[in-house]
Amino acid sequence: MPVEFRKDLFADERDDNLTEIGKPHIRQDILGHVTGRSPFYDDHLFDGLLHMRCVRSPHHHARVRSVDASSAERMPGVVRVIRPSDVPVNMNTLLALLDFGRDDEPLLTPDKVSYRGEPVLAVIATSERAARAAVAEVRVEWEELPFVLDVEEALAPGAPTVNQTYPNNTFDYHERYDHQKLRFGDVEAAFASADHIVEGEYQMSPIEQAPLETCGAIAAPETNDRIVCYTSTQALFFSVAVAAKQTGLASSRLHFIGGTVGGGFGGKVDSHHEPLAILGTLLTGRPVKYMWDRAEEMQVGAPRGGERWRLKDGVMHDGRIVARSLTGFFDAGAYTRLSSYAVQKATGHLPGPYTIANVASNVYCVYTNRTPSTAMRGFGITGVDFAIECHMDKVAETVGIDPIELRILNAYRDGDMKAHRRQAKNCALIESCQVVAGKSGWTLSQDAMAQSSLTGGGVGWRAEIPQTVTDQTGRIGERRRSGAPADPFAEAGQRASVPAGTANEHPATGNAPQRDDMVIEAERLGFKVATGGPAGAGPTSAGPAGASPGAPLPRVAEHEQDRPVSAPNAMPRASGGPSLPPGAAAPAERAPQPRHDPLPQRDPPAPASSPPTAAPAPPPPVQNAAPPQVPDGPRPPRRPGVSRFISGPRGRR
Amino acid sequence: MTLHSGRGFACINYPIGMNLGGDPSQALVHSTPDGKFKVALSAIDLGQGMKSVTRQIAAEALGVPIEDVYVDTADSDTGPHDMGSFASRGTHRMGNAVIRAAAEARSQMLEAAADELEVNASDLTTDGRGNIHVKGSPSRTITVEETAQAAQFKQGRTLAGRGIFLVPMSDVDAETGEMTPVSCFAHAALIVDLTVDDETGEVEVTHINSAYEVGRALNPRLVEQQLIGGAWMGVSHALYETTEPYYPDRAHGPEDFNLYLQPGPGDSAPHHISILERPAQDAPFGGKGPGEMCANPVLPAVANAVYNAVGVRCDTLPITPEKLLRGIRANGGARPQGRRT
Repeated sequence: MPVEFRKDLFADERDDNLTEIGKPHIRQDILGHVTGRSPFYDDHLFDGLLHMRCVRSPHHHARVRSVDASSAERMPGVVRVIRPSDVPVNMNTLLALLDFGRDDEPLLTPDKVSYRGEPVLAVIATSERAARAAVAEVRVEWEELPFVLDVEEALAPGAPTVNQTYPNNTFDYHERYDHQKLRFGDVEAAFASADHIVEGEYQMSPIEQAPLETCGAIAAPETNDRIVCYTSTQALFFSVAVAAKQTGLASSRLHFIGGTVGGGFGGKVDSHHEPLAILGTLLTGRPVKYMWDRAEEMQVGAPRGGERWRLKDGVMHDGRIVARSLTGFFDAGAYTRLSSYAVQKATGHLPGPYTIANVASNVYCVYTNRTPSTAMRGFGITGVDFAIECHMDKVAETVGIDPIELRILNAYRDGDMKAHRRQAKNCALIESCQVVAGKSGWTLSQDAMAQSSLTGGGVGWRAEIPQTVTDQTGRIGERRRSGAPADPFAEAGQRASVPAGTANEHPATGNAPQRDDMVIEAERLGFKVATGGPAGAGPTSAGPAGASPGAPLPRVAEHEQDRPVSAPNAMPRASGGPSLPPGAAAPAERAPQPRHDPLPQRDPPAPASSPPTAAPAPPPPVQNAAPPQVPDGPRPPRRPGVSRFISGPRGRR
Repeated sequence: MTLHSGRGFACINYPIGMNLGGDPSQALVHSTPDGKFKVALSAIDLGQGMKSVTRQIAAEALGVPIEDVYVDTADSDTGPHDMGSFASRGTHRMGNAVIRAAAEARSQMLEAAADELEVNASDLTTDGRGNIHVKGSPSRTITVEETAQAAQFKQGRTLAGRGIFLVPMSDVDAETGEMTPVSCFAHAALIVDLTVDDETGEVEVTHINSAYEVGRALNPRLVEQQLIGGAWMGVSHALYETTEPYYPDRAHGPEDFNLYLQPGPGDSAPHHISILERPAQDAPFGGKGPGEMCANPVLPAVANAVYNAVGVRCDTLPITPEKLLRGIRANGGARPQGRRT
C-alpha cells in the first residue's frame, strides 16, 4: 500500500517545520492494545455482577395488550424485572441536548412497538444464561398492526402512523414543513433552457457499523452514593446527559469512564445502554451489565439508514451543469435518533463539490416500521455522494465528455458561492482529480490539467447569490392528506422569490479564546509565514489589507476574506428598497436563462511535449489565501480573537 | 465465462465538524512538578488515534517533547465536557481546545522561566527538547523540569491551561436552506480498477488509486491507516454489506459475520494513496479529519467501474452478483464500455 505525500502542492500555504506535528509517532495506547492489556468497558470485573437482557417485539408494528412476567420472575437466578413504569423518565430524543426535535422514544416501550426488536421489558439475572431463559418465559400478548417499510409508501395518505410524536411519518422542520428545503436560483427556468436533462434514482442500503466490541455498559454502586458506569460510548457527555435525564439522577452522582472503545463508526452514540444499566443498579443495588450480543448489534442496534435520492440535472452541450434538483429520503426507522440532523447535514452538502447556479432540494426524515437508524461514518453524506457521483458519470456519458474533465469543469473553487449561501474556501477538489488521474494513466486534456482551485472562482455569477424562487409546498400534514409529490417544484403551485444577494451573516468559525493567554502565536501553527521582510510584502501576502509589522493581526482582512455572504451583493432584507449591484439581474427579468459561462482560461497550456500520464504541475502560487503575516520580534498585543486561525470575526463586531 | 475489466472514478468533499456547529470541546493541561504535562479530556479513542493526535498537538503547542506529555481521557470526574468523537469533529474541535489549553500553560511556563532567568517572558522560547532559552541566545537557558520545580516549590505558581473550542450553532432557513454548515472540507478523488465475471456476477476490485486532501497530516501514519481502512470499508459497502439485503423488505437480515458479508484479507486490493495537504485556517495546524470521508468516493467509483466493465448501472447498493446478473441478462449480455485511458 504505497503512500506518497504531495508536499509540492499547496506548499505556499504550509510551514512544514513543526516539531511534533507531521511526525509518524506510534500511538500512545498501542502497547496496551497489542499486548491485550488495554481495559475496554467489558474488562471491568465486579463481584456479583448481574446481567440484563431485554424482551423484544417480534413484530414490525403491534400494540402491547399485556405482559406477564410472573413465571419469569420466579425462575432461578432472576433478580429483578424492569418494566416501562420503572423508568423515571421514559421518553427521550438524542438531540434534546441541542433542543432539536421532540422526545419520541421510550427506553422500554409500554404500549405500542414500532419495530421488530423494540424492547418492552428488561430482565436482570445472576448470569446471562439465566437472563436469556427468563426473557423466553415472559408472555406478551400482541395485537399486530398494519406496518409500513418503504419511505415513499410512508408518506402516502392512509399509511399507518409509525411514531405517535410525528403522526405524519415525517420529522417536522421549522414547525412548518415536512422536509428541509434548499432553494438557490431558479431550477425550473434553467431546466427549461438546458440542452440536456439527466435524471436518476439511487438507493443506499442499511449498513451495520460492525464494531468488534458490541455496544454496552456496566454500572455499579460507587462510594458516597454515586454510580460508576463503564461504557462503550462514542460521546461521553452525551451519554451522561441522557442517563441523568432518564434515571432522574443528578449528573454529579454519575461517574462515567470510557474512552478506550473497540470501534464505533457512529453506532455508539445512541446512549441506551447506560441508562438501563444504571437503572438496574439503582433497583438492585448491585453491578449490572447490559451488553448486546452480535445478533442484537446487527438487527436491533441502529444501522446506517437506507437513503433514497433522486437527481435531476440540467446540462449544456459543453458539460456545464446549470441546474440540479434533488429529492432525498432518510429512512429513520421507528424513531428519530439522529436522522433529523442527517437531513440538514446532507442539505448543507448539496449539490456536492460543484458550483451550480441553480439548485433545489427537498430532503425528508421519514419514519418506517424498522430498526431506528443512526449515525455511521460519513453520516448524511455517504449516500448522497454515491448518488451524485454515479449521476456525474451519467451526465458525462450524456454530453460525451470525459468523466474527470466533467468534474473539473464543474468543480467548486475558492470564492464560489455555495447553495447554502456561504463562500467556498480552502478548496482542493481539482487538484485531487489531477493527482489521481496523473498517476493512474487516465489522460486529461492540457486545459483540465491546468485548472486550479485557487483561481477562476469567486468571479461573476460564481460569486453571487442569485434571485431565488421559493415555494410553500409540503406544509406539515399536507402531504398525508393530498398525496402531493415529493420532488421540489413538482406542483404548479404558488411561487415567491427571495431577492439576489440575500444572506445573513454567520461565519463558521470558532469562538474567540476567552482569555488572551489562550491564544497561540500564529507563527507556531504551521501556516506559511513569509520570511525576511515586513509582513504584507512577501509573496504570499496578497490577502486584503495586509498587516503592517508589529500591528495586531488585521481585523479588516478577516472580514474580507472569510466573509460568509456575497458581500458585494449583500442587500438589506427588511426596510429600504433593495439596490441592485451592478450587473445583477433585475427582478423583472427573473433569470429565464441559466447562468452559464465557459471555464475561465487564464493559465497557459502546458508544453505539448509533457507526457499525458505525468503528474500535474503544481498549482500556481497562492493568491488571496495567505494567512496574515506575523513578524518576528515581540508578540503583538494580545486580545481575544487576535489569531485568525483559531478564531474568527464572529462576536467581535 | 468472461472477465470484463472496468475502471471508474469519483471525487468528493467532506464537511469537518458537527453540522451547524454547537458542539463544544474542552481541554485541561497541567504540569507535574518535574515538568511533564497531563492533558485531561473527555474525547473517545475508538482506535482512530484520538489520544495520540491530541498528545502531538499538546506537545507542539507547549513546545515540549511528546514523551513529556500524557493524555488521560474519558473519565467524567476529571475530563471536562466534550461533545464526543463523531462527525469528523474530534481532531478539529478538540485539537483547537488543546491548543488553547496548551497555549495558556505555555505562557505560564515561560513566565515562570522568565522569573528564574530574570528576563522578559516574551523574550523566551522553547527548543522542543525540554529546554527554554532566550531567543537568539541559546546559552541563557533553563530546562522545563527546573522551571516546573521552581514554579511549584519556589514561586507558588501553576503551569496549567484551559481551552474550549465552540463553533456557535447556526440556524437553518426554512425557505431557502441557508445555513453555515461547517468550517472546512476535506477532499478526495479515486479511481477503481476491477473485473466483473459475467457468468457469476462476481466483482473483484483489482487496484485502487486515490488522492486524499486532508489539510495537514498531523500524524502521517495514522492518516495512512485511516485511508487504507476507509477504502476497504468503501469496497465493502459497495459490494457486500447490508443488514437488509432486500430492503425495504426486512427478510434475510444477517445476525452474525457468517451472513453479514465483508471482504476478507485476501480481498484487499492494492491501493496507491497520494496525500495532499491544503491547511484549513481554523483547523489545528490546518488538519482536517480524514476518518469519515475516506470510504465515500469508493462506493460510486466501484459502481461506475462496474458500468464501464459490463454496461450495467447498478444504482442500488450493494452491487451483488444477483443484481449484476439480472442487469446483464436484461441487456442481452455484457456490454463493455471501453477501456478508460
